[in-house]
Amino acid sequence: MTEQTSSTEQKLIIEMRGIVKRFPGVLANDHVDFKLLHGEIHGLLGENGAGKSTLMNVLAGLYRQEAGTILVNGEPKIFSSPRDAIKSGIGMVHQHFMLVPSQTVTENVLLGLDEPRFIMRLPDYDSNIAELGEQFGLKVDPRAKVWQLSVGEQQRVEILKMLYRGVDVLIMDEPTAVLAPQEIEGLFDTLRAMIAQGKSVIFISHKLQEVSAIADRVSVLRKGVATASGVASKGVSRQELARLMVGRDIIFALDKKPCQPGEIVLDVRDIYAENDKGLPALRGLSLNVRAGEIVGVAGVAGNGQSELSQVISGMRQCKKGQVLLGGDTVSNHSTLFGIQHGMAYVPEDRNHVGSAPNLSITDNIIMKKYRKSPILKNGLLDMKAATKLANELKQAYDIIVPNVSTPVRLLSGGNLQRVILAREISGLPSFMVAVQPTRGLDVGAIEGVHRLLLTQREAGAAVLLVSEELEELLSLCDRVYVIYEGKIMGEIMIKGEGHDEGLVDTIGQMMTGTPLDQIQKEGVVANG
Amino acid sequence: MAESRSIKQRTPLRIRVEPRLSEPPAWFPAVVSFSAILVALILGGILISFAGGDPIRSYIHIAKASFGDIGVLSDTIVKATPIILAALACSVAFRMKLWNIGAEGQFIMGAFGASAIVLAPVLPAETPRWIFIPVMMLAGMAAGALWGFIPGYLKAKFNVNEIISTLMLNYVAVAWVNFWIFGVWTEGGFQMSPKFPVAANLPRLTDFAKTFPIFRGLTTHLGLVIGIVAAIILWFIIFRSRWGYEIRLIGDNPQAARYAGIDITKNVIWVMMLSGALAGLGGMSEVTGVVHRLQTAPLAAGYGFTGIIVAWLAKLNPLVIIVASVLFGALILAGREIQPSGVPKMIQGIILVCLIASDFLLRYRIVIERGEE
Repeated sequence: MTEQTSSTEQKLIIEMRGIVKRFPGVLANDHVDFKLLHGEIHGLLGENGAGKSTLMNVLAGLYRQEAGTILVNGEPKIFSSPRDAIKSGIGMVHQHFMLVPSQTVTENVLLGLDEPRFIMRLPDYDSNIAELGEQFGLKVDPRAKVWQLSVGEQQRVEILKMLYRGVDVLIMDEPTAVLAPQEIEGLFDTLRAMIAQGKSVIFISHKLQEVSAIADRVSVLRKGVATASGVASKGVSRQELARLMVGRDIIFALDKKPCQPGEIVLDVRDIYAENDKGLPALRGLSLNVRAGEIVGVAGVAGNGQSELSQVISGMRQCKKGQVLLGGDTVSNHSTLFGIQHGMAYVPEDRNHVGSAPNLSITDNIIMKKYRKSPILKNGLLDMKAATKLANELKQAYDIIVPNVSTPVRLLSGGNLQRVILAREISGLPSFMVAVQPTRGLDVGAIEGVHRLLLTQREAGAAVLLVSEELEELLSLCDRVYVIYEGKIMGEIMIKGEGHDEGLVDTIGQMMTGTPLDQIQKEGVVANG
Repeated sequence: MAESRSIKQRTPLRIRVEPRLSEPPAWFPAVVSFSAILVALILGGILISFAGGDPIRSYIHIAKASFGDIGVLSDTIVKATPIILAALACSVAFRMKLWNIGAEGQFIMGAFGASAIVLAPVLPAETPRWIFIPVMMLAGMAAGALWGFIPGYLKAKFNVNEIISTLMLNYVAVAWVNFWIFGVWTEGGFQMSPKFPVAANLPRLTDFAKTFPIFRGLTTHLGLVIGIVAAIILWFIIFRSRWGYEIRLIGDNPQAARYAGIDITKNVIWVMMLSGALAGLGGMSEVTGVVHRLQTAPLAAGYGFTGIIVAWLAKLNPLVIIVASVLFGALILAGREIQPSGVPKMIQGIILVCLIASDFLLRYRIVIERGEE
């Protein structure tokens, strides 16, 4: 399949032919062809585990292919390390940054280079790097230490590192996964600036809308096989791309029974809390959730959503105000208090908060159940009962692993999230906080998580869903609160099917700091 | 094309190292450890032959000197006993990522606590053995636990680095015991206490020589049983009890433990006390089973530090610790037999390096492949 899509004849800069890469038990790349044209942004789409990162790691010299050839500008190349790849003008920005937190931006950029040799005249380099940043719209202070930078700024440092090494081809592995929406726009501007200056970009993602927004051409991988290579993104619909990714149509609409709200289960009253840096994160926030409904919290990342979920779950102390769960104050108690009051919590950070990576699936499953029978028997853990429970949940929640004694660090993102959801939901919670439960998951897994949340609602649980995906909130929630700088801007009822543009517009304005009353007063948005 | 072909021809076989994506089979770690010891012995043999010795004969001699007959085997076990308890102490703290370097001091304090029962005296010299021993065990564990509590509390309340505080407390423990044996409980001005009454000593095999003549001269004492029982109990605590689950969870991911509603501060203190108590029990076993009087030199012989190494070698598994301790007991014993005397120490070191290096094979696999085509 060769598509000549560009009207002007663009030069082929990279060609990968018949790449094969195997991992134990997985054929990650099965004779994959990939072509990158000079001066394009090439979207590489695929579900988690489809082999996108593997293919690009081969190109960046991190892995070596078992078969197949790589041609750069028509010449065959063998990369035995990233250094070789960089020499050929290919650099990669990984999903997890590789920076030294205690060093400055300049020091990080220079790290590993042959220059400066012995005497470091860093100020000279500072200005070089600042200039380079300016050229590509990468604003970052070269003298700042990396630990002081936001995630978005750290990503800019990673890009700068590659640009400073003079790469012509930049591979970005899921660059938007860590960014807030406004940072994504900045990143896209940078990528466009790079194209304008003659570079080429490979953009790995599993988010359809992003790829269609930024990429000139798209390649799709599914289970290690290329299902589309180099199709023009203008000529293909999102539905088509989705089908290429998962091999079946995704149901974007969920069947949702009408909401039958009961008593107020969670009542958050005027809470104030600080973030990790000691700055105010929540300033007089109130909300409530009733039994049998899903309530969403919408907002741009970093407006206090994390802190809110932590205060509710007991992981963070609040300065003022209180959180009531079924009438009992749970805020400023330990997390145990919440657990005993039937609270389930799906944390934002699956790896660092939600699971113990080196412990088995069984050990992770019993994390909230080991204090009670049937797991606890005469002060000892009944490992037979625990294994039985883990096996049942593995079946019920489609956790795909050979056996439950596997340490969870070996699980894929989707499987790990299923382990966490299985643990939280199987406790039959009366209330559940889920923070970004679908972040980083592939389309199939997202649908599974959505189904689970709806089942909870139908079972009469109160669910608070914190998400940055507005579409997710609109299709799942019965009510949505919009949060901005630690305050609620207003509350919106979601009525059944079809979200009209006006609603999205209103929420958009609230997300940028206009309270709902003000919007209604000014009549900016006509109701209906 | 021609260029790339020539590269392939120059490297017909290439060796690659890849992280393992799945767990190796259950027998694999044992085989790797065994091979590592084998490799260590071969490397040690090469060094012995450089030093002008005959490696085969030296190894046979070492084996004979530590396992050759029932007498030396007994001596090996006597050496292994304090190491078992010290290593258990380290293992439980290490499992929670508490770097207790103070097993040495807790060991000495345990010996002090047990001795105080005799020397203070808390119990009169005529007390029967079945009362003496349990009371001394409790006193040893309590003193060790106290020595673990101090750094544990400082860590939990003020986040004082436990590596520094436990290390420093080792010196305090030695100085403390020295004060008592130099001044208060000195025997005629010597730096040691008077001998304990027989009822305050742990029974040894040789004590039963009248009924079983084969036991004559064997110094293996009840401490071995204490050590093995402690190891089994600790295994149950770690892998089967609720508390052990919490310890493993905190050790692997403190954030997740907090999320699961576990009080980490409290556990830091309790685990440090358990660790100290186990080391203290080791001190009690040594002072009542071997030394029979309170004296610093034979007690502060580095068992607490050897325990750190053994705990790591055994991958913190209480049952494996018993085996690893016997191996180290043998090497300590062989140290007296082999000249130059540095050789067993060197072998110890090589085994340790090889075993720790072999860990790499558990996490990575080595792939040897032909150049493509």
